Amino acid sequence: MAETRTMTINMGPQHPATHGVLRMVVELDGENVVNAQPHIGYLHRGIEKLFESMTYRQALPLTDRLDYTSGVSNNLAYCLAVEKLLNIEIPKRAQYLRVLLSELQRIAAHLLWLGTHALDLGAMTVLFYTFRERETVLEILELATGARITPSFIRIGGLAADIPDTFLPRVMAFVQEFPKRIDEYETLLTKNPIWKRRTTGIARMSAEDCINYGVTGPVLRASGVNYDVRKAYPYTSYEDFDFEIPLGKNGDVYDRYLVRLMEMRQSTRIVKQAAEKLPPGPVSATDAPQVVPPDKNDVTSDIASLIRHFKIMEEGFEPPPGEVYSSIESSKGELGFYIVSDGSNKPYRVRVRPPSFINLGALPKMIEGALVADVVAAIGSIDIVLGEIDR
Amino acid sequence: MDSRKAGNLLKETFSDAVLKIEEFRGETSVTIESGRLVEIMKFLKQNSDLSYDMLVDLTSVDFPDQKMRFIISYLLNTTKFNNRLRIKTAVAEGSAVDSVCDIWKAANWMEREAAEMFGIHFNNHPNLKHILLTDDFVGHPLRKEYDVKGPDFGQPLKIDLEKEEIF
Repeated sequence: MAETRTMTINMGPQHPATHGVLRMVVELDGENVVNAQPHIGYLHRGIEKLFESMTYRQALPLTDRLDYTSGVSNNLAYCLAVEKLLNIEIPKRAQYLRVLLSELQRIAAHLLWLGTHALDLGAMTVLFYTFRERETVLEILELATGARITPSFIRIGGLAADIPDTFLPRVMAFVQEFPKRIDEYETLLTKNPIWKRRTTGIARMSAEDCINYGVTGPVLRASGVNYDVRKAYPYTSYEDFDFEIPLGKNGDVYDRYLVRLMEMRQSTRIVKQAAEKLPPGPVSATDAPQVVPPDKNDVTSDIASLIRHFKIMEEGFEPPPGEVYSSIESSKGELGFYIVSDGSNKPYRVRVRPPSFINLGALPKMIEGALVADVVAAIGSIDIVLGEIDR
Repeated sequence: MDSRKAGNLLKETFSDAVLKIEEFRGETSVTIESGRLVEIMKFLKQNSDLSYDMLVDLTSVDFPDQKMRFIISYLLNTTKFNNRLRIKTAVAEGSAVDSVCDIWKAANWMEREAAEMFGIHFNNHPNLKHILLTDDFVGHPLRKEYDVKGPDFGQPLKIDLEKEEIF
């Protein structure tokens, strides 16, 4: 009997199709994967440790360095957790703007994913289409927040500022135009026989496996599980909006693609509703003077406001002792923050529950027995961001 | 069954192992004895009135002043009844807790992370190697005594040109 030997090859960490510094050690029997082990940690910056040495307010810019493709969502998740700890109520206008911004951010993140995922599988044209619209979205975000990637615009207690007058017309123009653009992407891929051959039936996960591995986000919904934090545990007034949760059937790479495309359509609907229904009013909590800094004009004219400004910036605020977990549906899945407070002005422990980390844990299961070329398709379909995995 | 009722059911079923039930901001946390962990977790997953089928998060918090210094916190979610329950258990330094990998596969990587960051040992874990840190890393960074600034913090990089060595 002939001797069979397996071959071990190394993918990454500098591999263009691993979306960052992910290293995979893949054991192959011919073209088929016997065993695959992701090696991570190349981008580990100790963010959870850094949280413990900063006040709650100072730590905010750390959060959009986690998942740098959806900065607004990360800020939102952290702020919601701190606000839950403080038990403060956010005005409706701020909540609607938070929804609007984070849905725009979801569209931008999905567009980045679609372009790069198609590029990984050899369809280069899609990238140029999606980056055109992503740029429009980032320009709109920049108009409101002042930054393209790391806005830190959502603050504990509300928003950093109100939106400029030119913002809503730009948003409305975008939501008018964008569904047609999604149709364009669909003409490139959805019925494309090469695309279907590369994605249909690849890296399948059953619904039970997904739940057992803790997988969330579009990957879970592509397997037909109706779990979306926006519906299951509504936050930031998501219950006021009319939208659907797209579900897949087969749990393969193709269904994940379809789910994300449908999600972009739903996000457009939410953005449109938020822009139309946007109520007037303040954008920061009015009953939390210990958390929300005073108006800039008051700081220069009123001594009490000046003192309050310095107190908030220097000392911060002291939430009651306790522990909270709060999560949102980011573009990758359930992004949660678990904060333990000891009653001081710095968090005692902050744990980030990163969706990409846990979704990537299911990758070895997904690609068991697959062809080595499909490993790239599988990695792309999970939509990982290493900044969030390694923290 | 909502999470408060789930906590009460747990108290009735395992009255000797459930130490404390807390409610804070609408979240239920149940503290249990670490020796009974796997038994209770299996019950939480398999009982059809509870069916906590998803392990959302697993992490640890370090309280160096206490004898049982590490609180391991498991956040469970049920997709059937749509609620979350937090299970907490305390372990002392140097002692171990049983792995829940056999119940939820999601625990594999999260236990590896908790193990390297805090130095907690998980019994029966299939592969308890470092995950985010390098294999030769010494120390447990998320322990409270571990300083944010390392010994080389703020020091200029010394280069000995004659030996061509970087310290």
